[in-house]
Order: sequence, then C-alpha cells, then structure tokens
Amino acid sequence: MQAVVSAVLGVAIVAGLSVPAHSYTAYISNEKGNTITVVDTDKLQAVRTIKVGQRPRGIELTKDGNYVLVAVGDDDTIQMVDTKSGEVVSTLPSGPDPELFTQDPAGNLLYVANENDNTVTIIDLQKRARVGEVQVGVEPEGMGISPDGKTLVATSETTNMAHFIDLDTRKIVANVLVDARPRFAAFKPDGSELWVSSEVGGTVSIIDPHSHQVIKKITFAIPGLRSEAIQPVGISITRDGKTAFVALGPANRVAVVDTGTHEVTKYLLVGQRVWHTAFTPDERYLLTTNGVSNDISVIDVGSLKVIKSIQVGELPWGVTISQK
Amino acid sequence: MDHTDLFGESLTVARTLIAAAVILLTILAARATEPLEFKIGYLRTEKPRAAISLVQVPAENNGLAGAQAAINDNNTTGKFLDQHFTLDEVKLKDGEDPAAAASGLADRGASIVLADLPADALLRAADAGRAHGQVFFNVGAPDERLRENDCRANVIHTAPSRAMLADALAQYLAWKQWRRWFLVVGSHEPDKLYADALRHAATRFGAKIVGEKVFEDTGGSRRSDTGVVQVQRQIPVFTQQLPAYDVLVAADESEVFAGYLPYRTWDPRPVAGSAGLVPTSWDASNDQWGATQMQDRFIREFKRPMTALDMQAWTAVRMIGESAAHKRVNDPKALLDFMKSPDFALAAFKGQKLTLRDWNLQLRQPILLTDGRTIVSVSPQEGFMHQFSELDTLGYDRSESKCKL
Repeated sequence: MQAVVSAVLGVAIVAGLSVPAHSYTAYISNEKGNTITVVDTDKLQAVRTIKVGQRPRGIELTKDGNYVLVAVGDDDTIQMVDTKSGEVVSTLPSGPDPELFTQDPAGNLLYVANENDNTVTIIDLQKRARVGEVQVGVEPEGMGISPDGKTLVATSETTNMAHFIDLDTRKIVANVLVDARPRFAAFKPDGSELWVSSEVGGTVSIIDPHSHQVIKKITFAIPGLRSEAIQPVGISITRDGKTAFVALGPANRVAVVDTGTHEVTKYLLVGQRVWHTAFTPDERYLLTTNGVSNDISVIDVGSLKVIKSIQVGELPWGVTISQK
Repeated sequence: MDHTDLFGESLTVARTLIAAAVILLTILAARATEPLEFKIGYLRTEKPRAAISLVQVPAENNGLAGAQAAINDNNTTGKFLDQHFTLDEVKLKDGEDPAAAASGLADRGASIVLADLPADALLRAADAGRAHGQVFFNVGAPDERLRENDCRANVIHTAPSRAMLADALAQYLAWKQWRRWFLVVGSHEPDKLYADALRHAATRFGAKIVGEKVFEDTGGSRRSDTGVVQVQRQIPVFTQQLPAYDVLVAADESEVFAGYLPYRTWDPRPVAGSAGLVPTSWDASNDQWGATQMQDRFIREFKRPMTALDMQAWTAVRMIGESAAHKRVNDPKALLDFMKSPDFALAAFKGQKLTLRDWNLQLRQPILLTDGRTIVSVSPQEGFMHQFSELDTLGYDRSESKCKL
C-alpha cells in the first residue's frame, strides 16, 4: 500500500515538475491528406485523425467550441465536424472553392472568401443558410474582422487590395492597395491596426483602419536566403498586442515582430513551407503548419524557441485550437 | 477703407470661392463618372495553325484570349480605382505593314501595344511606335536577338527567350543526371535557333551532346486518313545506330516531327525539348500556387484550356494593370519606369514574384516543365545559385548581355 502511494506521489511530483500546460486540442487541416489531425497541446502529440472532404484548408472552431469548421475547396463546401464525436455532421452553403473564412465575435455569422467568383459569402451559422454576399476584387482570400465586429476586411490576391466592408450595410467603404498576392488579414486585438501579408510581394502592410492608409510596410531579410523565398502568409498577434508572429512560407521561418517599432526582432527556424499559425489560449505555445515537411512546429512563446515538431498528415495547411 | 468696401470685397471673395467650389465639384463629378481609360493595342499576324497533336492545334484567339482575361481582371480591380481597360485588336494580313498598324493604333489612343509578331515585324512596329511614345510587349517571339543586339528601350518581353527555355530544361536534365544528349534539329530557321540555345545550355550546365541529326521537312500535312503507319516505321529507323545517349532532345518549333518521337525511338529513351518533357511559360495542367483559379476562370470564359501564349499576354496586361493601380496615370513612360523599379512585383501563379531585368526588359520567370498532362518540375532547380536572383540562372545574365538600351 505504501509503495503504491509513493508511486502515485512520484508520478504527481514528476508531473508537477513538468508544469503541465492546460490541455487544449489543436486541429490541423491537411490539404493533400484530406484529413484533420487532432493534437493534444499538453502531450504535444497527435491523438486522432479525422477524414474530411477534398482539399481542406481554412479551419476554425465555432465560438461555442462544439464544431470545427473546415473549408474543403475541391468539394465547394464547408464541413462541420462535431468536436465530441469527430464526425462530419453537416455542411454549409459556402459557395464555390472556399479557402479562408472568419466569424463575427458573437459566432453567428460566417464570412467566406470564394476565390473563384470574386465574392464574400455570408452564412448564418444557426440556420446554416446563405444570407448575403459582397462583390470584391479578383480572388479574395484573407479575411479579418475588427474586434468590435463592425468591419470585415477581405484581401484579393490578384487585385492586390484589402477591401474594408461595413458589416451593417455590407458595402465596401475603402479599398487599400497593398503588395502582390495579399493572403491574410489580422487586426491587432485593440483594433488600432490591420496587418495584411503579401505572399508574392514579400511584405506585411500595416494599415490604419480609420484613415485606410498604409502606415508601414514590414520587409524581411534573412542572410543566405533569396528574397523570392520570403513569402509571408499567416499572422498571429499576442493578446497584449505587443508581439506578432509572421509565417514566411518557403523561407521556413517565422518572423517575430515588435508591434511597437514594427521591426523584426528574431527569425525562428520551423519546418518547410510554413503556412499558418495559432496560439494556445494561454499563449504558452504557438503552433505552425509546415506544408512541405508534413509537420507542425511548436514555438515556446516565452523563450521564443522552437521546442518540438509533430508529424501530422499530408501537406498541413491551417490550424485552430480549442479554448478549453 | 470703409465698411462698404470691406463688405464688397468679402462678397467678391465669397463669389470667387463659390465659383471655385462649383468648378471643383464639376471636376469631381466628372471624375466619378468617367474612369481613367487605358486602351491597349493587340497586334498579331495570320499564322498557320498547325500542330502534330490535334489537342494542341492553337485556337483562333490564342494569346488574344489571355489578354482579354487580364483585361477582365484589371477591370474588376479598376472598379475600385476608377480605371477602365479595353483591347483594340489588329490582325495583319500577309504583306501588311506592321509600322503602319502601330501608327494606326497610336492614332486611336493605344499607347501600349501587345505584339504577337515575328522578330522583324515586331522591330518595325516598335521602331515606328517610338515616335508616338508607344511601349510594346513582346508576347510571342522567343528570339534571343530581340533581347540582345536588337533590343529596344520600348519593348518589354513577357515571352521567355529560347535560352531561358533551354536553360530550364538543361537544369532539370542535369538534376536527373541525364547528361548525354542526342540532339535532333528541324530544318527551319526557328528550329536551328532553338538548337543553338540548347547547345549553349548543354555547355552551361555540364551536359554533353553526343551527336546531332537534322530532320528534313519534306512538306505534307500533319494529319492523314492513312494515319501513323509510316511514322511508326520512320522514327525507329531515323533514331537507329546513334551513339549511346541518355535523352533525345528535339528542336522543332515548326511542329514537323518532334511529336512523333516519344515511344518510337530505336533505343528506349526519354524525349525532351519540343516534345516529351517541354519547357514552357504555362501549361493548362498547372495547378500550383493558386493557378487553379486562373485555369478555372479562363475555361469558364473561353471554353478551352489556357496556353503559354495566353499566359504571356495575360501577364503583359496584368503588368499594365498593376502599374496603373500604383501610378494612377495613363502614361506609358511612367508605367514602364515603375515596372523597371524595385517596387514592381507581379503575381502570376508561378510561386514567386516576377520582375523585369532592367538591362533588356525581359520578364524574370520560373519555367514549367510539362509532359502535357502534369507539371513534372519547375526550374530554376535547387542548387543553381545566383548572387542576385536564381531566376537569372535562366537565359543570358546581365554580364553576358549585349543589349544596350
């Protein structure tokens, strides 16, 4: 009996020493594998694979955490995966070739970029029905929503603009020209800045959402790497708004940017062709999807070190992490 | 000054201000209703539409459709910028003067012209257009001399040169370690020029041409009711008793024989160049880097696959649109200056930005290697390094160029 107690204590102590992170669940869309890999962010290992439709890319949890929404572009729909059963339970009328989407802060409406017909489709998540659409530029992709939920930004990859859409009127109120092939849009948590990454231009434009002016362009330079290989895509900004992480695609690095000075402070070497990033809710880790190396990298946000790679499915693309 | 005067003066000032405001509002109203117009010329010749493969016979609107697709893309963007783009097509009949056609386009307000013309005709048009301040895009001619001794300060090349295509192929064959080439050359001038580029590429990337043979064009049609019975016997005999080689490389821009080589050679060897593994600026099977959207909207609009010539024309019109979006003027010189500047970068579904070589106005671009069904590879290949841009490992580099703009 005493031995058992010591053993249990021992386990508890060992566990205590490793300071367990809150256990969250990360969902990674594998573009070629047609699967979602489920990763336990405490154990830092893949725990499950869910089969979904063809070419899954954009992925987000509903605000209530009950469903994973995944855009399966080649099936022209968004699938809803029940997070408890791990089954595809429903689809949403997303319009053709959905890639990225975003939700309003209340989690009622979904805004989807339809690359093939230059529109943003608006879907009511409760009714699972299409309730509107907005015409934008050629090949919309990046979708960002302001923290107050009043403004949606869609970036169009061939028009090279960030379109500011007023969500009351569903009309475009401003079009801001950025560098070539803008792919992702993220507001700072306080709504004071919009960050737009230009994959082919190789820059991140920082836009004042009130004046709609580009106030700064962040450029990236990595010794020994040709400039064409630096292709910014995914952006994650910490809740305190102080630090941004920018995935640089085939440069195989994530840039750490001081949001006060807008200067790059560090480049972190991750897997090959890094697409998108997501924080665990406690912001202890940042996960990055690495398209070519079929893995995700785990960045320790406090020490700014890459601490682990986790093998996932074929050509990982998007990532979302549960709040619980 | 008494009060009356002061009052009178204020009234005058007020009147002037109101008048100015009215004028300003009129201008603004006019601007809101009348977008900035860009008329782009498209100059081409009647060409024989021959191809060995029935599925590769060029459509009548080959190239032109690519330009139109980009006009549509530019106009979608133009809605947000008050810009509008149109195309003015001129098709030269046999013997018609390209110089007069260029001047005619200038008279109709086309200050930028896409040209799908043979080298000599292109130079005539461009030299005539210079007097009108016209800028030309060479979308069709692969001739090295247009980028070298005969380069022009008002001619941009979106078509890759023969050297770029040959270097792209040679890098891949080097990576595969298929170093012994046997070269088969057609009997027409363009075939010989392509063979020159292939020989240059072989030397540059360490391949050895173990032998060469000319395939004489004896005339005749590409298709017959009798079919390929004779071809099946002819090609093995033609490729019999060659020195040991790894890959048969064909230079046949004239579409006379290369399409018959694969699967018919005496020795079981792969074919590359004008058939088999083909270097090209575009292929309808390219689905990487967002290209699916481009292919989809092209097929939706034109009911046929997008060709390399379509892409070269699309790229030219998008370069104009991209520069117009940034410069907000219809001034060919200002747009050309922007395209040459480090601020210019075009996204064209090739996985990286396309830029202009400022020394000869050739567009830097990756080259696709296709077997006609899929993209086998994309050059430049990994490991071919360059101090400025790896894309400059394709074609003549700045230090080798004879172009003086």
